[in-house]
Amino acid sequence: MRSAAARTVRAIPTLLRIGLAETVAYRAEFIVWILTTTMPLIMLGLWTTVADEGPFQAYRSEDFVAYYLAMLIVRNLTGSWVAWQVSEEIRLGTMSMRLLRPLHPMVAFATSHLAAIPFRGLIAIPVAVALLVSSGASALTHDPAQLALLIPSIALGWIIGFACLFALGCLAFLVTQTSAIGNIYFTLFGILSGYLLPLDLLPSWISRVAACTPFPSMLGTPVRLLVHPMARGDALELLAIQGAWAVGAIALALTAWRVGLRRYEAVGA
Amino acid sequence: MTRALRLVLLQLRVNIARAAAYRADFIFNGVMTLVSMALALLPLLILFDQRKVVAGWDKPSALVVMSYFMAVEAILEGLINPSLVDLVERIRTGAFDYVLLKPVDAQLMVSTSRQEPWHVIDLAGALALAIYAFGLRGEPPALVDVLLGIALLVTGVAAMYAVFIACAAASFWVVRLDNLVYLLGALFDTARWPVQVFRGVWRIVFTFVIPVAIMTTYPAMALLGRLDGRTALATVGGTVVLLGLARVIWRTAIRSYTSASS
Repeated sequence: MRSAAARTVRAIPTLLRIGLAETVAYRAEFIVWILTTTMPLIMLGLWTTVADEGPFQAYRSEDFVAYYLAMLIVRNLTGSWVAWQVSEEIRLGTMSMRLLRPLHPMVAFATSHLAAIPFRGLIAIPVAVALLVSSGASALTHDPAQLALLIPSIALGWIIGFACLFALGCLAFLVTQTSAIGNIYFTLFGILSGYLLPLDLLPSWISRVAACTPFPSMLGTPVRLLVHPMARGDALELLAIQGAWAVGAIALALTAWRVGLRRYEAVGA
Repeated sequence: MTRALRLVLLQLRVNIARAAAYRADFIFNGVMTLVSMALALLPLLILFDQRKVVAGWDKPSALVVMSYFMAVEAILEGLINPSLVDLVERIRTGAFDYVLLKPVDAQLMVSTSRQEPWHVIDLAGALALAIYAFGLRGEPPALVDVLLGIALLVTGVAAMYAVFIACAAASFWVVRLDNLVYLLGALFDTARWPVQVFRGVWRIVFTFVIPVAIMTTYPAMALLGRLDGRTALATVGGTVVLLGLARVIWRTAIRSYTSASS
């Protein structure tokens, strides 16, 4: 057992290098993918128009600017498309190749996504600069300790999102048409994570439902740390909730993988 | 001409047969899409819960724009997108050669190669939403407005088709740029909202660069009886220009097509 773990750890630097090379090779594709996350900008255009006619609930125009630009940054750093990769490989049978390797496929996918993070950072920097020079700057948190919590918070958000998407991709083991389920997932994600609208603007019953799901921990929490000054204890509590969801999501992904694998038909093999 | 039409109908029949083979999927997918579309109405409902009017649009008329969005999206996802995904795949594998060898127009053949008929369920949802919106409004649209609204729905879909086929043609040069289609899909989300709620640069971009205004806002204004003749003509003209441009891009792209298989 220990040798399996040691083997995995030894493989990680190589896997990261491969992931980096892949990202560089498909750079045009990668950039187009990143540009696909335009939703925060669309909502930014809409809500600043609304807020200029007068604050919308507690949100002024600059609050919306700060919120959606922060959202764009966090979404950029935490987004992944592992659900498509997994379901596509299962559908086409190329997953068989991964099964031959002495390494859990989840680790392989995770490292290839992690390797792309520096590139995602390159895209996020101009957005961050825009945020700092925009009217939204006044609505940001200035407490350095709270800003420091942003780093683990974004990392946890990435883990939760990645693990849930991996589990979603594993659905392809059981059903052939996963796209409709994927649509529902992304609609729920859009609403409950705070991606479309700040969670405190939603009707209270929806925010209560959202609080029982992992979605706010994927995006809403890091964004909140960035734009919403709060007491130290509250910030740590948010982080603890994220940690719990991360553990749960990884357990879910591993279970989904194990259950699904038993049904694997190795199409095309 | 009749041969081309016969082939198009044949491809359509194959696709309906394919969909009929998976009847449970048909219903399941349709219902799932309806649910996600209903959830996507939430920001609009929240917005108009607090405000009576935003940028000159009240709730019923914004809902009409939304129903146009649903209709255009249903047609896009049902008729246009599956064919383009298919095309990109064929270019990547080299199977596109066989299409070019056939003595029919390649653009026509690839544009009609795949359909996903379950999206008629979404189309019905769009119609229901429009009827509900006019119910809220309290007065039905005039007959002439309905006719103009339907005509502009057709041009809206045509405009969208033009933009998509132009982007698909780009995958002749840069293989695997199929994401471009997803990028367009993301930008098209803007069309949920009347273009007037966006200001400055945004509105210029969404009116002229990525003409989402032609796709939903203007047709909705026509149905609401608010569109002046000049804008209506400009909408039709813009669509014709887009279709022409797309055709030119397609022809140019075909000429520089280097098969992936050879």
